[in-house]
Amino acid sequence: MSASLGIALLIGIAFGVVLEQAGLGRARKLVGQFYGTDFCVFKVMFSAILTTLLGSFWLARLGLVDLAGFYVPETFLLPQLVGGLVFGIGFVLAGLCPGTACVAAASGRLDGLAVMGGLLVGIGSCGLLFDRLQPFYTSTAYGTVTLPRLFDLPYGVVVLLVVAMALLAFRVLARFERPA
Amino acid sequence: MQRAYANPYLAGVALGLVLLASFVLSGRGLGASGAFASAAASVAAAFDANAATANRYFARYLADGGFGSDWLVYELLGVVIGGGASALLSARWRAEIERGPQLSSGPRLLFAVAGGALMGAGAMLARGCTSGQALTGGALLSVGSWVFMLALFASAYLVAPLLRGLWR
Repeated sequence: MSASLGIALLIGIAFGVVLEQAGLGRARKLVGQFYGTDFCVFKVMFSAILTTLLGSFWLARLGLVDLAGFYVPETFLLPQLVGGLVFGIGFVLAGLCPGTACVAAASGRLDGLAVMGGLLVGIGSCGLLFDRLQPFYTSTAYGTVTLPRLFDLPYGVVVLLVVAMALLAFRVLARFERPA
Repeated sequence: MQRAYANPYLAGVALGLVLLASFVLSGRGLGASGAFASAAASVAAAFDANAATANRYFARYLADGGFGSDWLVYELLGVVIGGGASALLSARWRAEIERGPQLSSGPRLLFAVAGGALMGAGAMLARGCTSGQALTGGALLSVGSWVFMLALFASAYLVAPLLRGLWR
């Protein structure tokens, strides 16, 4: 095993521990997000985004890392829009997403294993149909485009706006949460 | 006794630090669905190696060694080890089928497979899932990742009332 794969394994272990400790290996806890009883998914996800956003911003600002070395997923507008819509339906049906399904399966939940099987079938089927899907799959390609570039704002200003929006959302959610 | 779950905001900060470490150490973020794509490509290659390498979607997962040397496969293997160990150490490991109070086990597993298949199709089109796009791409402010994240939550909130019987 190469060093890079060893790092992948260690990062994955940390990822799995955090998801399980947050309770995100449990389908019933995750779907609370969609029925207003438990906004754990949103809280974990947006605290993580804020931490990474602020961490990478300041590491770059202090000259400790070069953000150009971070791989930013490219934008394919329509496939990502449609992919998101389809994914959302699957998320409510399954109660778990791909990463959390693995944590569920690893903590004994057979429904997590079933979701993993479904993922393999879904991705595999789309792969087999790739010749037909390819025109759509590669459509509306914009390359690497970020929110600061889209809105023509400095990176730091967008970081601040996202932080402000997330903090506001945390307060609003706390008000609407109705534990079952 | 089973231990209580961590504070979600603290867990989120920890998750953000893991993601940041991944960027700094590997230049890439977290992911999950990519490992399933890699597995699907290897399954296809086991059935028909020539057809799989001729398939332009599978071919890229079969290049540079395929499943056995894919970064995301090792990362997801780590997720399984870490998630399992964490559940065991916190006395939360339990063999069961998590389901809504009105749903029996058989239908629950069918819906889980169907949901997984839809998420697989969505993640394939979007080039990533909640980990690779929403979380990782979202933290790097990628426009496509934010479009994916907003679309997935919008559609989940739209269908959730229709699927209430599954969970409530």
